[in-house]
Amino acid sequence: MFAGQDLACVRGERLIFEKLEFELSPGGTLLLVGPNGSGKTSLLRVMAGLLAPATGHLSWNGRDLAAEPDEHRAALHFIGHLDPIKPALTVAENLAFWLRYRGVTPSAGAGWHRGLGAVGLAHLADQPGRFLSAGQRRRLNLARLACIPARLWLLDEPMTSLDTTSQTALIRLMGDHRAAGGMIIASVHGMIGLPDAATLDLSRYAPGVEARHDAGP
Amino acid sequence: MMPALELIRRDLRLAWRQGTDVAMVIAFFVLTVVLFPFGVGPEPNILARIGPGILWVTALLAAMLSLDRLFQADHDDGSLEQLVLSSPALPAMVLAKCLAHWLTTGLPLAVVAPILAILLNLGADGFVVLVGSLLLGTPVLSLLGAVGAALTLGARRAGVLVALLVLPLTIPVLIFGVGAIDAALADLSSRPHFLLLGALLAAALPLCPWAAAAALRQALE
Repeated sequence: MFAGQDLACVRGERLIFEKLEFELSPGGTLLLVGPNGSGKTSLLRVMAGLLAPATGHLSWNGRDLAAEPDEHRAALHFIGHLDPIKPALTVAENLAFWLRYRGVTPSAGAGWHRGLGAVGLAHLADQPGRFLSAGQRRRLNLARLACIPARLWLLDEPMTSLDTTSQTALIRLMGDHRAAGGMIIASVHGMIGLPDAATLDLSRYAPGVEARHDAGP
Repeated sequence: MMPALELIRRDLRLAWRQGTDVAMVIAFFVLTVVLFPFGVGPEPNILARIGPGILWVTALLAAMLSLDRLFQADHDDGSLEQLVLSSPALPAMVLAKCLAHWLTTGLPLAVVAPILAILLNLGADGFVVLVGSLLLGTPVLSLLGAVGAALTLGARRAGVLVALLVLPLTIPVLIFGVGAIDAALADLSSRPHFLLLGALLAAALPLCPWAAAAALRQALE
């Protein structure tokens, strides 16, 4: 159970959201929706432990995550707006580095072969990173999801620059992860085809909005 | 410890594939040292007298030149975020980056320095001490530089800012590095200078990665 209570976030002296609460059980999915600037990325960074919330706290199975931030960070995937790909390394080397850096031994699954296969990049394994298109870079970034186990996936607009085939592949990956008891929190624009996903509308937590599910004046 | 080794391997491989970064540092070192005889005149005695200082100051500037690439490239493509997220101990990650930086900057400088010492008519007694003092002193430069590079991450004109921040802190390294060579040339013991350089390294080794790690967390907020 991953939960957050009374979260608020301040960026550059501006309050982005406040009194935000969420709860996610194993196998669950939470979709973050809201207009640009409503704090979807900030909330994901708070959840990843990259950004300290102004108030409130996060907990995992009832235990406060502030007590063990490093373990939490090491047990999640955060896919942000940038694709960490080195132009001078090949596609396989890029992915293999992250595998080894996260301490995944080659015997666990088939390593980077499986990751590249899952996102349809196996034929480009020996291609240097600098020749990848935006969509291919995105897919290489997402390949980490397929071959490095983590209990929580935090995805910031994962569908950006993906074609229809890759979107289907990603949704299948997300389905497998959920079936294995993993959790997913993703910021999205528009609908994505995930059954029984909960939705968190961040515009409801913008400062000054009083129409909250629990809030009085 | 394994993730740190993987990071060093990756950084060395990147440095090898993009050889220009290392070549540029060495070229800067060689060119700047070669300029001095033109500036102060080709008088062998004067060059021999100021040779140790020239070599050390130039090595220092060459090392500064490469500091902005320590974290900047990883920051720009999002790798740094992932490195911070997946590092169980962030100071160990910083230490690995420093070691990779030293292997691609300090070590090549120490290798090239004796050749330039011949150009400057440095006494033969000073050669071993020159290389030794650079081998002991340049890791401190990489470590101090990491703190500066982490603090200026994302700043405008970060390269210049790092130099302004870090250069004053490197004065002790410079003093004892040059002191060791001067002592050897004057037939005195270089041992005290080496001990002090070692002490600086021993202090920087635990403190700098820790400080840089804190600065990196701040930079990523």
